[in-house]
Amino acid sequence: MHTTSASTTLDESQPLLLSHFDDLEQQHNASNLGMWFFLATEVMFFSGLIAAYTVYRALSPEAFHLASRHMNRVLGFVNTLVLLSSSLTMAMAVRESQLGNKKRVVWFLVATAVLGVGFLGIKAVEYSIEIHHHLLPGAHFQIPSEDLTEMKEVSSTPEELGLLKGRFQMMFVLYFFLTGVHAFHMIVGIVIVLIMANLMRIGWFSGHGTTQIEVTGLYWHFVDVVWVFLYPLLYLID
Amino acid sequence: MWDFPLFPEQASSNAQKVDALMLFEVGILLFFTILICVLILVFSLRFRRGARVDRSHPPTHGKAMETVWIIVPLLISIVMFVWSTRLFFELYEAPPDAAEISVVGKQWMWYLQHPQGRAETNELHVPLGQAVKLNMTSQDVIHSFFIPAFRIKQDVLPGRYTSLWFRPTKVGVYDLFCAEYCGTNHSIMIGKVHVMEPADYEQWLSAKGVGPSQAEEGEQLFVQHHCAGCHRGSQTVNAPRLEGVYGKPVPIQKGKDVGFVTADDRYIRDSILMPKSEVVAGYEPLMPSYKDQISEPDLLKIIAYIKSIATRETSQ
Amino acid sequence: MSAPAVVVEDPPEDYLQEHTLKSWLLTTDHKRVGILYMISVTVFFFVGGAAATLMRLELMTPQGDVLATPDAYNRLFTMHGVIMIFFFLVPAIPSVLGNFLLPLMIGARDLAFPKINLLSWYVYMVGGVMGIWIMIFGGVDTGWTFYTPFSTMYSNTMVVTAAVAVFITGFSSILTGLNFIVTVHTMRAPGMTWFRLPLFVWSHYATSLIMVLGTPVLAISVILIALERLFGVGIFDPAIGGDPILFQHLFWFYSHPAVYIMVLPGFAVVSEIIPCFARRPIFGYKFIAFASVAIAVFGFLVWGHHMFVSGQSMYAGTIFSILSFLVAIPSAIKVFNWTATLYKGSLRFDTPMLYALGFIGLFTIGGLTGLMLASLAIDVHVHDTYFVVAHFHYIMVGGTVMAYLGGIHFWWPKISGRMYPEIWGKLSALLVFVGFNLTFFPQFLLGYLGMPRRYYEYRPEFQVLNVMSTAGASILAVGYVLPLFYLLLSLRKPANAGPNPWGATGLEWQVESPPSVHNFHEPVVVTCEPYMYSPEEAEREYAHDQRVHNA
Repeated sequence: MHTTSASTTLDESQPLLLSHFDDLEQQHNASNLGMWFFLATEVMFFSGLIAAYTVYRALSPEAFHLASRHMNRVLGFVNTLVLLSSSLTMAMAVRESQLGNKKRVVWFLVATAVLGVGFLGIKAVEYSIEIHHHLLPGAHFQIPSEDLTEMKEVSSTPEELGLLKGRFQMMFVLYFFLTGVHAFHMIVGIVIVLIMANLMRIGWFSGHGTTQIEVTGLYWHFVDVVWVFLYPLLYLID
Repeated sequence: MWDFPLFPEQASSNAQKVDALMLFEVGILLFFTILICVLILVFSLRFRRGARVDRSHPPTHGKAMETVWIIVPLLISIVMFVWSTRLFFELYEAPPDAAEISVVGKQWMWYLQHPQGRAETNELHVPLGQAVKLNMTSQDVIHSFFIPAFRIKQDVLPGRYTSLWFRPTKVGVYDLFCAEYCGTNHSIMIGKVHVMEPADYEQWLSAKGVGPSQAEEGEQLFVQHHCAGCHRGSQTVNAPRLEGVYGKPVPIQKGKDVGFVTADDRYIRDSILMPKSEVVAGYEPLMPSYKDQISEPDLLKIIAYIKSIATRETSQ
Repeated sequence: MSAPAVVVEDPPEDYLQEHTLKSWLLTTDHKRVGILYMISVTVFFFVGGAAATLMRLELMTPQGDVLATPDAYNRLFTMHGVIMIFFFLVPAIPSVLGNFLLPLMIGARDLAFPKINLLSWYVYMVGGVMGIWIMIFGGVDTGWTFYTPFSTMYSNTMVVTAAVAVFITGFSSILTGLNFIVTVHTMRAPGMTWFRLPLFVWSHYATSLIMVLGTPVLAISVILIALERLFGVGIFDPAIGGDPILFQHLFWFYSHPAVYIMVLPGFAVVSEIIPCFARRPIFGYKFIAFASVAIAVFGFLVWGHHMFVSGQSMYAGTIFSILSFLVAIPSAIKVFNWTATLYKGSLRFDTPMLYALGFIGLFTIGGLTGLMLASLAIDVHVHDTYFVVAHFHYIMVGGTVMAYLGGIHFWWPKISGRMYPEIWGKLSALLVFVGFNLTFFPQFLLGYLGMPRRYYEYRPEFQVLNVMSTAGASILAVGYVLPLFYLLLSLRKPANAGPNPWGATGLEWQVESPPSVHNFHEPVVVTCEPYMYSPEEAEREYAHDQRVHNA
């Protein structure tokens, strides 16, 4: 006979079993598998964008070449390091939650969030530099003078220059869109990580919250992996 | 009221071939639909509840049966595929003697021009038996050029050329439709195709007096836009001559390598609008772009002119 | 679970017992979420149907007369397409019947993520309300396909709002698909092996794969449209190097598999109904199960057959053509298997069976005309004509809607606890079948004659066939409205269906009707294959009943 297990689970280390699951293993598997398939959705989402990027890069390599020189490779590299370290701290948080060290979990989660905020901070610096140089597509978009000179060398009429400008801008459209969508995922991730840390701190989870931390970890690692693809694609390919 | 058509007229060489394939596929469709329906009816009657029939050991699977009904549809599919693809490929290969007509679609009209120079709107006059190739582009959104009686259709795209050919086999007046939804007046972006006896066609062509041909108009534009200043004869500016170029491979400088590109409509169009993109090897990229300066119909005229001088130098 | 302590004696309370609005809006019970979806898709179905009715009225005469302007007509067919596809056909069977039945069929107490399930309904409603809002405040005129550059540069209607509405609704189907996949993987009762799953579950599993993997690509393409319109970034603008055809590729990469999102659940329903009313095991269980998965996989490789005349290369066209022929094979397998299942059965012809048999016939025609469209040379002629309109209505309406109605009748006793009036049910099935054929068969002829789709006015020689089509549509409308009435009226009677009015196998029939909140009172253990019907036993029972009746 099935009963609500809340009243029966007295052992603190055992997580709460939701009433529609048979046992803890099933509950844990469901959460994990759910996150994996959610990530499959995310992969398809990004791959649609990356397909668009690839097509246009192939269509107008010269403009993309000029535009990609404005990517801040150093900051991008630093950011990659920051993000990879956050993956490490996240992995540590998962590990500690499996071992049941709640305090450490909280600290590693906070560290992960701090690194995530660091990433966004650096990204914001990059954006602000780019916006300062009028590289944000829109009304204030302006082609840097050295590129303009170079474009003027290869083109001889305002019309052809306009076409090059359009393609030059397209690279920035895709850059801001891809990194923007990624940053949005980061923000979501940071919020979740902080919520998890707080719930962990107040002892909200029955058991050690292992499942929840693992699932959060999956998401966090995925967002990092996306960046690992974006960085070479946007900054390094030339 | 009862004399409405159930089958479209066949007015091109392509129409008969497509209809033959269609009838074959309709036959397949009828065969399988009737087979399934008859089986359902027979089983429904024979095995209705209460009917005294043998129901022992109903089969739950049958490898042989399953194999048959995988293989048979597969074979039929392959026949359909090969047949239809061969017809489709024919649509892509216009015969060499085809007369070339330019088509520009815009919201919501068709603009067509004959090689002899006469232009029309939403009307197309063609001589019986003469293969006709349409070179098409759009000024705004995607349209689709559709003549049901010829069983042909091709989307017309902005910024790109697509083509289509047909050989009319029956004198008459046929519908021309825009088949790709293009906005408010999509349903009145229609016209008529007049297939005429060749003699009538000649008469029609000259009815408005013998005007300049499309290529001649193109030549005028060629001079007017100062193309001739560089691309003709004994000028000092270093630009390639265009006689005999059309349809031939052209050497293109790509970095340090030289590649070859066929000088077709697309290449000429791009060379006029984006002259820096594919520069002929050995020449400096000096030519200005004519983007937004030459309209789509005029571009087609210039291309017609360059095409018309394709044989000139080889014959010299 | 054997819990030692307090055994909570929940009364055998059925899931419909609570009546407060709050108990509905905050429910996480998969059955109640299914009901919420049922109410909302019904509303959208009739809104979309009203648009179709107006269009058919307009098309009675070659001139534009019913609607004042061509723009009004263009907005109508766009809203008809958007509403029917995104707000009715995609969610109809999975979110209503799938939600209700999937956990019951595999012996689970709920879906794996009940809260996410409820969330999916709210997300769907946000998208749906935006859709209605667009209709009221101006509409959109791009067609449901949103082709660029028309949608991005030339249309001056609410394209951005429509794109956002479609984007949001997409998430509801992602969440549903996610939930189904995880549930099937992790929540099956002991003994419920993969090959003991009802085919309903197999089909829904395949559908869910497409939902999870295809929908995000649709999301990205509609967002690119919104971006392009808002900021003019030029992604699809040929004037500055963008490519309008790229949009078609992205769009059809989702929207072709989406066809299978709509029709695979139809297969699911038919595969349950036919064995039950033929009283015998389904023929070729494994072939049908694998055919569903094969369709889901191949469905991702054929998007280019919507673009044979769009200017893609002829070699690409060739490849998409052969793949499209191949994807037809699994569908053919299914049709043959369902037909073979009738052989040596003991057939009864209740309403669900009538719908299912109608489905087989109409789907056969829809599928075979699909082969004509996959044939390149024929597609060149009939692409973007009424032939295509007729073809996909045979699949979507003749297939999916027939299956949905058949499923609603089949499981209505389970869902509501009430039997529907059989005679009215049969009448509605007949009306739908006749009305449907009269509406859409003439459109095949119209299409081959060359009448392009999305035409507000047309050549006068097409009129007779159009009048026939409109006449058929009015019969069809009656056929659709009837069930709405008699099913609702049946709710006024006390629950009389009993747990298993059809004598069907399947776990959902082992519990009372309507089911209790937690579905099962005892732990479920599955010990046998699905569809263990016996035609001979059915005959014996029938003979016995006849004797009793006569005595």
